[in-house]
Amino acid sequence: MRGRSPLKAGLRAVVALIAIFLLLPTLVVIPLSFTEGTLLRWPPRGFDLRWYETLLTDPAWRDAALKSLEVGLWTALTATVIGTATALGLARGRFRGRRLTGSLVLSPIVVPTVITAIGTYFVFVRLGIIGTTAGLVLAHTVLALPLVIVSVTNSLQSFDRNLELAAASLGAGPVTTFFRVTLPMIAPGVAASALFAFITSWDEIVVALFVTDPVVRTLPVVIFNQLRSGVDPTVAAAATLLILVTVMALGVALLARRRVKT
Amino acid sequence: MTVRRIRGWGLLAVPGILFLLVLFGWPLADMAILSLTEPSPANYSVFTESPVYLDAYVTTFIVAVVTTGACLLLGYPYAYVMHMGGRRPALVLGFFVLLPFWSSILVRTFAWSVWLQDSGIVNATLMGAGIIDEPLPLIRNALGTTIGMTHVLLPFMVLSLYAGMRRIDPDLARAALSLGASPLTAFRRVFLPLSMAGVYAGSLIVFVISLGFYLTPAVLGDPGRPLVGQLIVEQVNGQLELGVGSALGVVLLVATLAVIWAGTRLVDLRTVMGYDE
Repeated sequence: MRGRSPLKAGLRAVVALIAIFLLLPTLVVIPLSFTEGTLLRWPPRGFDLRWYETLLTDPAWRDAALKSLEVGLWTALTATVIGTATALGLARGRFRGRRLTGSLVLSPIVVPTVITAIGTYFVFVRLGIIGTTAGLVLAHTVLALPLVIVSVTNSLQSFDRNLELAAASLGAGPVTTFFRVTLPMIAPGVAASALFAFITSWDEIVVALFVTDPVVRTLPVVIFNQLRSGVDPTVAAAATLLILVTVMALGVALLARRRVKT
Repeated sequence: MTVRRIRGWGLLAVPGILFLLVLFGWPLADMAILSLTEPSPANYSVFTESPVYLDAYVTTFIVAVVTTGACLLLGYPYAYVMHMGGRRPALVLGFFVLLPFWSSILVRTFAWSVWLQDSGIVNATLMGAGIIDEPLPLIRNALGTTIGMTHVLLPFMVLSLYAGMRRIDPDLARAALSLGASPLTAFRRVFLPLSMAGVYAGSLIVFVISLGFYLTPAVLGDPGRPLVGQLIVEQVNGQLELGVGSALGVVLLVATLAVIWAGTRLVDLRTVMGYDE
């Protein structure tokens, strides 16, 4: 498509505007995080790093950031291990109700998060695990699991099963075939899904609001509470940190996925 | 030579299924039970006692319809150019979609409050230019919620549309052109109908997510006219009315499942979630 006709040129201009609409609004938090003023007001004044200093030294912010990191890493691990196994089982297994099960394991994507959040809250109260790191990891794993399953299933579709048959026919046992052939082939997809699981947990707020307590809180929970009470520019610094980590994780995930095509 | 084929692959799915049964199935069941027993099924009568609840469902429905429409309007040309524009535009536009798709909804909503506040970027700019004297009411109302939700959900729409368009055989539009159709006719008669699967999929996912949205309405919406998601959180977290909150949740869940069921008459749910098989 060469932009020769006015219609095509117009279409491209419109799409450029939509691209700006997608990207630009979020970026205002970055200049705001460097303001010298004490109010979260546009335009930012001067250049000051003290809000980042607060973020890293104030125990409330620092602990929340570290907790987010901890929960995100554990979620990535549990969701990737369980999700990869589930995807393999559903793609390769031969049992009745396989298609239905395949749809049901994805249902956490379509059930409103508010509903998942209150249900999880009720169950966690019964189990006495509100405000525990393990509880938060379990709750976030529920949300991340379907994404891992989709991602790993897609990478299983795109690889040639004859490679496995070749390995098996050359005498490799099932376990050897899996670890020497199957796993290396789907590794980029698995790595990408681990990063997606991490991002899911890192950014998650609704479930976290219900299953955290004032002591064990994640970064989004502290930001949300700040937004509702008095807001100082530390919020913008925390928001910038959230974006930064997400962009890095996304970049690595996309690179991992590209490897699979070449 | 015998090829040892691995049997019992299905067993690998067992831990995941059990995990979801306990940590997803049980919570939903617990909510349904609480709605009937905490203290009684009379929880559901809140709908007849106060107009607030029914009103919230109606407002939520309207906001979801408008948001879906806005996402479709913005998302279709975007996905179309991404699909037809060649390699580099596809990469750049794809990046511009994936970045917000994976960025924190909280951060994006917070950023919108910086734009839309009475003293925010939009109003300050317009007042500074002397175009308006009073700030426009862009926040704490359904408009603010809809703008924020459209921004948050647009990537979902674009990715669904793009996935749908990629399944279209490019030779079909070329055939129409070579048979003498104008580019516009070829688009309208061939490409557009074939892209409807993506349109249905994208609309379904955006509409369903809109129905249960909590965060964006809580930050950008009218506290006096909450949407369903806010009402549920308020009942459970604020009023500690677990039964009423659960009843509202069950009604939302049933409504969501009904929409999905109706939607899957038009489109396979697996394609909605990018689950190629």
